[in-house]
Amino acid sequence: MSTLVFDDVTVQYGHTTAVDGVSLTVPAGQVVGLVGESGSGKSTLARAAVGLAPMQGGRILLDGAPVPTRGRNRPLQMVFQDPYSSLDPRMSIGESVAEAMPRGASRAERRAEVERLLELVHLDPARAGVRPSEMSGGQRQRVALARALAGRPAVVIADEITSALDVSIQGAVLNLVRELQRELGLSMLFISHNLAVVRYVATHVAVMHHGRIVEEGPTAQVLATPDHDYTRELLAAVPGTKPQTGTPR
Amino acid sequence: MRRWKGVLRTPLGLAATALTIGVLVLAVVAPILWTDEANAVDTSDILAGPSADHWAGTDNLGRDIFYRTLVATRLSVELALSATIIAVVAGLVLGTAAFLLGRRSGRLVSAGINIAVAFPGILLALFFAVIFGVGATGAVFAIGLAGAPGFGRLVQTLVAGIGSRDFVAAARVAGVGRVRILFRHVLPNISEPLVVNATISAGSALLAFAGLSFLGLGVQQPRYDWGRLLMDGISSIYVNPAAALAPGTAVLVAGLAFNLFGESVAKALGVGVVGGIPALPRVPAAPEAEEVAAEVHHQHDDVVLDVRDLEVTFPGPRGPIRPVRGITFAVRRGEAVGIVGESGSGKSLTALAVSRLVGDPGRVDASRLELLGTDLRASDSRAQRRLLGTSLSMVFQDPMTSFNPTLRMGGQLAEVARHHQGMDKKAALERAVDRLRSVRITEPQHRAHQYPHEFSGGMRQRAMIGMGLMGSPALIVADEPTTALDVTVQQQVLDLLAAIREAEDVALVLISHDVTVVGEVCDRVLVMYAGKIVEDLPAGDLATEARHPYTRALVAAVPDMDTDLDEPLAVIPGRPVDPADVPLGCAYAARCPLATDRCRAEQPPLETDAAGRRVACWHAGEPIDVEIRDREDVYEEVEAS
Repeated sequence: MSTLVFDDVTVQYGHTTAVDGVSLTVPAGQVVGLVGESGSGKSTLARAAVGLAPMQGGRILLDGAPVPTRGRNRPLQMVFQDPYSSLDPRMSIGESVAEAMPRGASRAERRAEVERLLELVHLDPARAGVRPSEMSGGQRQRVALARALAGRPAVVIADEITSALDVSIQGAVLNLVRELQRELGLSMLFISHNLAVVRYVATHVAVMHHGRIVEEGPTAQVLATPDHDYTRELLAAVPGTKPQTGTPR
Repeated sequence: MRRWKGVLRTPLGLAATALTIGVLVLAVVAPILWTDEANAVDTSDILAGPSADHWAGTDNLGRDIFYRTLVATRLSVELALSATIIAVVAGLVLGTAAFLLGRRSGRLVSAGINIAVAFPGILLALFFAVIFGVGATGAVFAIGLAGAPGFGRLVQTLVAGIGSRDFVAAARVAGVGRVRILFRHVLPNISEPLVVNATISAGSALLAFAGLSFLGLGVQQPRYDWGRLLMDGISSIYVNPAAALAPGTAVLVAGLAFNLFGESVAKALGVGVVGGIPALPRVPAAPEAEEVAAEVHHQHDDVVLDVRDLEVTFPGPRGPIRPVRGITFAVRRGEAVGIVGESGSGKSLTALAVSRLVGDPGRVDASRLELLGTDLRASDSRAQRRLLGTSLSMVFQDPMTSFNPTLRMGGQLAEVARHHQGMDKKAALERAVDRLRSVRITEPQHRAHQYPHEFSGGMRQRAMIGMGLMGSPALIVADEPTTALDVTVQQQVLDLLAAIREAEDVALVLISHDVTVVGEVCDRVLVMYAGKIVEDLPAGDLATEARHPYTRALVAAVPDMDTDLDEPLAVIPGRPVDPADVPLGCAYAARCPLATDRCRAEQPPLETDAAGRRVACWHAGEPIDVEIRDREDVYEEVEAS
């Protein structure tokens, strides 16, 4: 279990500041939900953590040391939003998963590990040779999860992993995320614009607005007694809160 | 590989392939078979015209030009291919440099490529020919390097496209090095267009070579290629035209072969071969009981939209595919009807069919399709277009692509009124401003003069709705109008639709995959599965009174602000039905916890109850054992596939 700390992180694209001095802690073995609308900077923050976005200021620390964003050993892994674009269409799912494994294992060891990982995400290990095009969106997202776990990460960042999926599949992926997190004791940053989903998965929640974190705290507390106007606005916008029960999309 | 075989399916592709293979075979065998004939000097018979012995005559040493042309195939093709290989390799190095070197150095390389592309190829070739000296080697490098910038540009564009995909990002996050990413992920995914372009450029290289040799800059004596033969032949063209025509024809045929082969491959890989739609056996025969009931139900109401047995069909590789398989519903004035279903359920196609927007090669059939009593099945007429233009308004998912980015918003809205209602420019613009105000866009006067990109996503979607209100619509069809929007903006758009419906007594058909959105806005909900309506019920009954197992599963699958955090979420096992492969009985049977043998064999009819609710299920309303479902979902998708 590891603690991930964002310390005064700033990311700029040209003259636009996407992330503006954000400090956030993902405690060891906990799930922190990061909510906000598109353009609020939540995905940019995630990409900065894994070295896909350049930082102009601040530090990102894992157990007190800077997160390595070069080289083979990456304790921080990410699952992307769109399972249709995050898997190489030319590679079998087994190859995609194996690619993310630490080097040095023998062929047999790698195959065994791929099978173990596919089993872990409830996919039939016998289908390791299948191409992504033969799978549904939900199944692809499971492969993406398996690939993220293949690097034996200490922390996993999940960036809107259910928003490209049909509601009927979303539930299965969320169940899997909760199960994996508990079994493996992962620390997790779970990004979503869907408050009902974050409420279901995360113990802590941080609300991002215009590149800044405007509110954070335990999920139950933030959702029950929001302090910031924007959090209240988000809560009011959850459809179905009035006549029926429901969730935003 | 199967897609490559598609090349052979068109006559042109077949001919081009045969021709290309012919040229290549000739290049291999001709020098083996005919070198002696080609080099046989016969000083007694120089510069002769075509004869039975020498089909294309002889040259100034009495050698047979026809055989020489055949033998020259190898050198010509060899040189062209070598030049192409140089162009491809240099292009790959240049084009991938930007990806490998990172942002700053990459930019320098791109600038270099851009400048090189601007030079005419022949100029570069002449330049290199001077540097490398006159001769075959020099010419190969000249033509190869002259082709490199163009190829480099192509590679660069393709690499940039693949490089921005998430799977490349994922590989980088996994710690895979850039070079390895390039060879494992990027190059395989761009190989097809590269191969096609390389083939076409081989044809061009062949022509360029003939040109250089003809100018005397290419192959030198005693070796000869087609260009060289052409040069020799041209000098005696008045004595023996065949001496120039034979190599000229060879250049033409080989060049055409490579180019056409490349084009055919491109076509086969890019566009699938689609035949016409054969006449279908139409299934809807006897009017069912529910239809009669529906008839009675609709008759005395103020029906805006009346749809019976609507079907949408597309041609597929293995016979026609029917994503919408006979649906019947009606919308009354001021009523809001929601259509929910998973992707592929046919809900969006239903909306498009109603608006007559299903384009070729799709086909729409219905026993009735009426908007305000006017038959929409009749062929396209001015009156019908006008009715659709003023009485029906469509709102699409992506508001950015619904507007023309080069025109001002006010003008785009005004066009509707000018076209359909014959308003003059000023009055139409005034109405546009008024409509923008009515969809709560602040400073509508100012905003009307702005372009679509100056609007935010939510504003564009509201402007789209405003555009639909330029006439006096009786029906708004909104297809996933809020899916691309943020939660807070989504709420504003939904509120706006509700307000308009109330103020103007407009009927609304709202299509969404999210049952909660539909439940909040609509009076009545149609649940679609595999191209059929499986349940039709009042929105207020969704949470508690739904009878179809699919509807109940959809409602349960969505977490809300009261979901029990200790329980796993309900899931729908399996995957949606492929429209190309619809099972015999109830389409939902494979995923349904209540399914019996009857469900798998016999399709349940859509039956109407006393309250006007409809459901198509043999086990409607039966209790579902939650325990069993939760255990099954552990391997849910695995089993289904």
